[in-house]
Amino acid sequence: MYKRQGLLFFLLATFLFLDGFDFGVGALFATRDDPAEREQFLTAIGPFWDGNEVWLVVFGGTLFATFPPVYATLFSRHYLLMFAILGALILRGMAPELYEQRHDEAWRRWWGRSFVVGSLTAPFFLGVFVAHWLFGETALVSLPGLVVGLTVVALTIVDGAAFLRLKTRGALRDDLRTDALLSLGAYLVLLVLTLGLLYASPTIRPALLSVPAVALVLLTIVLAAVYGVATRADRYYVAFGAAAGLVFALVAVVAVLLYPELDPVTGLTVEDAVVSTIPLNLMTIGMAILLPLIFVYFAVLYSAFSGPAEEGEGY
Amino acid sequence: MIDPVLASRLQFALTTIVHIVFPVLTMGLAPFLIYFTWKDIRTGEAIYEQLRRFWTRIFAVSFAIGTVTGLVLEFEFGTNFAAFSTTAGDLFGGPLALEGLLAFMLEATFLGVFVFGRERVGNALYMLSAIAVGVGTWLSAVWILIANSWMQTPRGYELAREGGQPIVTLVDPIAAYANPRFPWMFVHMQNAAVESVALFMAGVGAYYVFRHHVWGYSIENVRFWEATLKYGLIALVVTAPLQVIHGDLYARHVFETQPQKFAAMEAVWETDAYVPEYIVAFPTDVNDLLDPKAKDIFGIGIPGGASWLASGGDPQAVIQGLEEFPGPQPPVAIVFWSFRVMVALGFWFVLLAFWGGFRWWRGDLLTDDLLHKALMLSAPLGIVAVELGWIVTEVGRQPWVIQGVMRTRDGVSPGLTGGEAALTLAGFAVVYTGIFVVHTYVLYRIIRAGPPAVGGDESSDTDRPASTDGPTGAGEGGG
Ligand code: HDD
Ligand code: HEM
Ligand code: HEM
Repeated sequence: MYKRQGLLFFLLATFLFLDGFDFGVGALFATRDDPAEREQFLTAIGPFWDGNEVWLVVFGGTLFATFPPVYATLFSRHYLLMFAILGALILRGMAPELYEQRHDEAWRRWWGRSFVVGSLTAPFFLGVFVAHWLFGETALVSLPGLVVGLTVVALTIVDGAAFLRLKTRGALRDDLRTDALLSLGAYLVLLVLTLGLLYASPTIRPALLSVPAVALVLLTIVLAAVYGVATRADRYYVAFGAAAGLVFALVAVVAVLLYPELDPVTGLTVEDAVVSTIPLNLMTIGMAILLPLIFVYFAVLYSAFSGPAEEGEGY
Repeated sequence: MIDPVLASRLQFALTTIVHIVFPVLTMGLAPFLIYFTWKDIRTGEAIYEQLRRFWTRIFAVSFAIGTVTGLVLEFEFGTNFAAFSTTAGDLFGGPLALEGLLAFMLEATFLGVFVFGRERVGNALYMLSAIAVGVGTWLSAVWILIANSWMQTPRGYELAREGGQPIVTLVDPIAAYANPRFPWMFVHMQNAAVESVALFMAGVGAYYVFRHHVWGYSIENVRFWEATLKYGLIALVVTAPLQVIHGDLYARHVFETQPQKFAAMEAVWETDAYVPEYIVAFPTDVNDLLDPKAKDIFGIGIPGGASWLASGGDPQAVIQGLEEFPGPQPPVAIVFWSFRVMVALGFWFVLLAFWGGFRWWRGDLLTDDLLHKALMLSAPLGIVAVELGWIVTEVGRQPWVIQGVMRTRDGVSPGLTGGEAALTLAGFAVVYTGIFVVHTYVLYRIIRAGPPAVGGDESSDTDRPASTDGPTGAGEGGG
């Protein structure tokens, strides 16, 4: 039964890792004003971002299909927050496509900004959502929401910088080393703050001091060190792998802290919320067949576009 | 304060009405793109490369917007219809999850290859990616329509109550997923999508053909626009009659499974035999204008027409009137008029198809200016008909959200306040207007720029500028 919960968080983590680097690229887009470099950033994520975003659709669909009351209460309780996430994703999703449609200054400035704002606010609001879920917070703004939101933004930049270093060459690639290291520093500082807030919450503290949670925090420290060293040594794939590890570790911490509940506010546990046997088995069969197939699709896509992003490709 | 139920319903209506435009374009374009890609690879002729690249641009923009607007809908079941989602989760969540896993994953990953990968992958993989994208768009319709058709004709479930909340349990997945409405809906929807794109292509092609052959302007890529017109027309000749024939049979199925909806479509208040099919209807007394149940009606009707539609050929058949159903009724005027206009458009498209086909056969397709004008005006009307058909389907189902199982007003999130719901509704009204305007503008620009110039270009038989840095230059090609 708890495997389903694990699967759900696996889907969330995959989304946050894959679309995370798209968000990170969007944030770093703001730091460049050379049109050619900006173009290269967009080209780098062009073929991928849509597929990456589908992991969010699948996460939402799977939450609905396996734990409908959790999907329903969580989404309706955080009503405005959900629409903030959607608004951010709309800005981010439309921008890259529309940016290419016209070549004049004003148009590009507008969609460039929309791309940056969407890419920064989408992970931020997602972080707020996760914090409110975990802390059982129902207000619109809260300190944990703010801190976790920023933590997630920093993490996506860590992820995005590592991705861009795979996709660029020459001076730009060297420049991005600094961005990667700075964002790693910011992430670690914010993570410490997040852990402090978690420790300060009497209901969460025992879970935070449990063996799996401590192990995951230690793993994060190791992965951060690997990321830092690999970035300095220009071991691009190692750094990218470490970034993936950081994302999965963070989401795993959330899963461990929630366990055995799925929603602290209503106290819904996995047993309370799960659908009946027939749809559950159908989902299991569906996942068992389709997930491996989906990995094949992604393998085809990423290998077709391996290596540096080249401009002027396309239809 | 605004009623959260009303605001949620309006918001859902607005967001689906906008969303459906983009899937119609992508689902309808899919078969064309598969064909153009195949011809391009097999023959290497420039015209097919142009057709493929031009329509792929339109596909890509529409897809991106379809994605962001679809994501909103996926969330709205939880945010606005939490009680519905809790009740129907056993049945409803599965198709949505499978839609993501089976359809969107296929579509979104191979779209990356299809849009950006022509120079990177071999012919076989490129062809495969075109097919995967097309199959993906159609599969997503399968799953979403399974979910929707189950709301119209629910089967294969048991109903229990847990603490006042009705809970649906899936007991027979085959009966539930292959419910009686599904095959009707899928065929009608997919044919409508192809028909709508056919009208759009024919209209756009007709515009340039008209300017060139009727007004005598010199136009670049005339052969390209002629081909666009012809492909649109061929598809229209196939889909338009099919839609009308299928629609007639479909109406009968609706009569059998949702008699209240059918009565609303025909505005039949009292049970009667030999019911006419009104083409237009007006109350004869001014005082009755706002009374939906006005009895003294002046109408132009086909005698026995509605009875004929309901029974599949018997003008004497009895139709149950709305007054026979207990409880609230759907807003009859909306359903009645939406149905009328959709049907009228359906017949108009058949006429257009025959007219165009006849002119082509006579050899004056390229010079009949009246036909060109009719096609231009009709370019967006397929999508209009799709919207109206959905309004019939969804509004006609009221007051039920799941026919006979759950009322719409009981499906709305219990904690939602009118203020929150009104705020997001207003937000969507603004943002979606913007999205719609931007999409229309971008389509306009793509069409005005015309197809990309391709190497060894025999298709552009009229005065092209010598250099390629005009509006159709290679630099426009995205990427
Ligand atoms: C190009 C678009 C188009 C055209 C020309 C038509 N339709 Fe349609 N119709 C649709 C596009 C559509 C649709 C938007 O695709 C709907 C909404 C749900 C569905 O399954 O198809 C629909 C629904 C719909 C319904 C309601 C089904 C329900 O409640 O589930 C009926 C009875 C018909 N149609 C019948 C017709 C008839 C008799 C037509 C012509 C004589 C016709 N349609 C032309
Ligand atoms: C894309 C085409 C669609 C359009 C244009 C459309 C249109 C509408 C409209 C106009 C309403 C408001 C009805 C009213 O409240 O009077 C509505 C409601 C609703 N529709 Fe659809 N719909 C579409 C497809 C779907 C699909 C595929 C589903 C389910 C998978 C769905 C589920 C719902 C639900 C849950 C409501 C809210 C409850 C209700 O008012 O009945 N719709 N839709
Ligand atoms: C009201 C119910 C609906 C919901 C919840 C919904 C959900 C979604 C979602 C989440 C996406 C984005 C997928 C991605 O990230 O790639 C999407 C796109 C899409 N939807 Fe819907 N949708 C609805 C109605 C419909 C209907 C009625 C159809 C067609 C019959 C349809 C066909 C598509 C297609 C083909 C796409 C792919 C994007 C595109 O081609 O524009 N959807 N939808």
